[in-house]
Amino acid sequence: MHEHDVIVVGAGGAGLRAAIAAQEAGADVAIVSKLHPVRSHTGAAEGGINAALRDADSWEDHAYDTMKGSDYLGDAPAVEALCQESPEEVIQLEHWGMPFSREEDGRVSQRPFGGLSFPRTTYAGAETGHQMLHTMYEQVVKRGITVYDEWHVMELAVTDEDDPADRTCHGVVAYDIQSGEISGFRAENGVILATGGMGQVFDHTTNAVANTGDGVAMAYRAGAPMEDMEFIQFHPTTLPSTGVLISEGVRGEGGILYNEEGERFMFEHGYANNDGELASRDVVSRAELTEVNEGRGIEDEYVHLDMRHLGEERILDRLENILHLAEDFEGADGLTEPMPVKPGQHYAMGGIETNEFGETVIGGLYAAGECACASVHGANRLGGNALPELIVFGKRAGRHAAGEEMGEAEVTTGKDGDWEAADYEFETEVGETGGQGPAAADGGAVATDPDGVLEAEVERAEARVEELLSRKGRNHAEIRSTVQQTMTANVNVFREEGRLEKTLDDLREAREAYKDVAVSDPSRTFNTDLIHTMETRNILDIAEALTMGALARKEFRGAHWRKEHQERKDENWLKHTLVSWNDGEPELWYKPTILEGENKIYEPKNRSY
Amino acid sequence: MSTQTPTQTEESSETDAEADVPSKGDERRDEKRRRAAEERARRQAEEAEKAAADEETVELKVFRYDPEVEGKQEPRFDTFHVPFTKGMTVLDALMYSRDTYDSSLTFRHSCRQAVCGSDAMFVNGGQKLACKTQIAELEQPIRVEPLPHAEVRKDLVVDMEHFYDQMEAVEPYFQTNEYPDGELEEQRQTRENREKIKMSTRCIWCSACMSSCNIAAGDNEYLGPAAINKAYRFAMDEREGEDIKQKRLEIIEQEHGVWRCQTQFSCTEVCPKDIPLTEHIQELKREAVKNNLKFW
Repeated sequence: MHEHDVIVVGAGGAGLRAAIAAQEAGADVAIVSKLHPVRSHTGAAEGGINAALRDADSWEDHAYDTMKGSDYLGDAPAVEALCQESPEEVIQLEHWGMPFSREEDGRVSQRPFGGLSFPRTTYAGAETGHQMLHTMYEQVVKRGITVYDEWHVMELAVTDEDDPADRTCHGVVAYDIQSGEISGFRAENGVILATGGMGQVFDHTTNAVANTGDGVAMAYRAGAPMEDMEFIQFHPTTLPSTGVLISEGVRGEGGILYNEEGERFMFEHGYANNDGELASRDVVSRAELTEVNEGRGIEDEYVHLDMRHLGEERILDRLENILHLAEDFEGADGLTEPMPVKPGQHYAMGGIETNEFGETVIGGLYAAGECACASVHGANRLGGNALPELIVFGKRAGRHAAGEEMGEAEVTTGKDGDWEAADYEFETEVGETGGQGPAAADGGAVATDPDGVLEAEVERAEARVEELLSRKGRNHAEIRSTVQQTMTANVNVFREEGRLEKTLDDLREAREAYKDVAVSDPSRTFNTDLIHTMETRNILDIAEALTMGALARKEFRGAHWRKEHQERKDENWLKHTLVSWNDGEPELWYKPTILEGENKIYEPKNRSY
Repeated sequence: MSTQTPTQTEESSETDAEADVPSKGDERRDEKRRRAAEERARRQAEEAEKAAADEETVELKVFRYDPEVEGKQEPRFDTFHVPFTKGMTVLDALMYSRDTYDSSLTFRHSCRQAVCGSDAMFVNGGQKLACKTQIAELEQPIRVEPLPHAEVRKDLVVDMEHFYDQMEAVEPYFQTNEYPDGELEEQRQTRENREKIKMSTRCIWCSACMSSCNIAAGDNEYLGPAAINKAYRFAMDEREGEDIKQKRLEIIEQEHGVWRCQTQFSCTEVCPKDIPLTEHIQELKREAVKNNLKFW
């Protein structure tokens, strides 16, 4: 067993920042990650980091833009924390040596991004995430923070009181990918989940193969609700054949979208008469798919993104990485021809319910970054707001977990404030089918002392691995692929009731199939078959909760579009969707959005660009 | 072929240790191994038939090794036939092989877009990132092996610890003695200076360069191209200041530092991010000479 004050799960932007902050606050901290830190998907982020750095800009404007972008589903205390603290965090990165793009006077450059009222996106070429990830890992090396890399966290060690709010997280159980050893990691103060996105729930995604939502799923099974899972951002410019991301920076610098008829459809078909290509991402994604559906797509699949008019010099200076991506992954030369693009799953606005300090409803369990939902993005995330979320909330969670006094939270967790039960009847049974492996706090061994809780969880994990390795059964890959395909076909940019119901059916079948899953590679050495099989369970849990939320939310808000419900319905739906695992019988409920900020109330307005 | 095979002695001692404690699980696993071997033989026969019938397939010969699985302890090559699709990369073909024919086929991969640096391998005799290597540009059969000059863990997975140790040996983090006064003030950096270090900051730690380097193969303590490039990234960053640069030059001038490089350019040739590694090493040599002259 390993023991530390704070255990951080995941080593991308949020995890690294959390670990640094916890260590600065005096904690003995360790990072446990299934990838070596520099392999994390933060490294693929291209566009930039929004920060109100200059006199002509203000955090208030940034907060206003973010609330509007969120379609008024962000919680103001979290949104304002993001916008107030992003500038100091960006300067901190610069002081750690991050190579930002620069102005003539040597100061950090900023560029326009979709949905922003001021060009406040700081960046490092079109490889901002790579530079940020490496800069923070350098600081982790400098500080000698312990990293257990290529350890896959299987489950959390959480007590099993009836009410999740009474439970405590005492650590995690992880599987050493190199050796097959299973070990408990005891966390004296807290566990911070920073496991990133869940794009592998879909089959056309900008996310990495490793982005299977492990943290979200294990927190869910331990009793922390998933919040606003139906809100998935489909990025309007991904390469059709692979899902590789073409940064919003291309449009920020002046790139133009054309349909097959050579029309600049964002204007010519009236999708966004003011902002055109730089409208919010959900708006542009729907516009592209509408063009394709109405027969104006190229090869009935995609549209063109043209940046040739920017000129070679500017492209090489600010978007060089885009040229490489388009060339290597689509065979297109961005200097001489338009690049094919279509919407692809990009980002989960929802995640583990937390307050503005990263605390979940479970004592000692935190979440930060894409796996968390504070919520700063609400129904739609603005470009350039994901990276600041990692550093602002990673730092907050790290400090809080290390025991720093940070005041009273305004965002509630669990059923601590106002809440209402959902009155939605799903046609399909959801939740536990049995035989899918253990879940923490699922009525397992009753232990109350921290070590006992952890040991019981280690034993269950060992039994599960033994079971998967020794029995005969079906391979997970087919099940995973079925889930990804049904999700992309039916829970995509356009959603309708019948197809969402059918998806729940498909997912039920996939869960049934998963009962017979087995790992055919018998090896304990680097058994990726085993790791992927365990990840597929996480994908199943998330896909189901996501689809439940998509069915229940009968309105059109932000990224969530419903055929039968074509308007935003503020009187009924200014509220978050929550799904609790509830020991295997998922429960859907709601809590109100907090629109009241420090100095003002964000009155919902019509969201036009 | 330069793929290294681990020593036999280590393996047999591991096997003995396992044999001392037979359990039901071990028996079941043995049974499974037998079944898996039969299944594999059956599938491969099927594949070969299919391949004969359909010309649009790609033939891959993939290195296989597992220290604890019977039949894989002796390294061997398995052949996979994969239906070709336009734009298919070596990684795509490996994933297809794994998900369709043999789920035990093991390789690191994550982002699929040449930024996580997980999937450097030895493809048709050269260090490549599998995800950005187009099948259409390769001669068949495509031979896929783990990176040379590194210990093989299993199949295409090599031990990266030595590479990470070298990266961390050059104090790979920003240092300065002087920050701006203002609370929210950034350090200034000229565009020219940022441009100068730009290529060096693009390293994704894939270790293709280290694997290609003859010097690193012969001198285990040699810092290697990636680590020296990391040192370059900081030494050339004007924000660090002269005193820190001094310290950095001392680090890269050590016995197993820049002077080991014999400018063979193999690292530069294989770098998937086109970093001019050899030039960076040469420039540091010149800086070191200039620096030493100063104190004469």
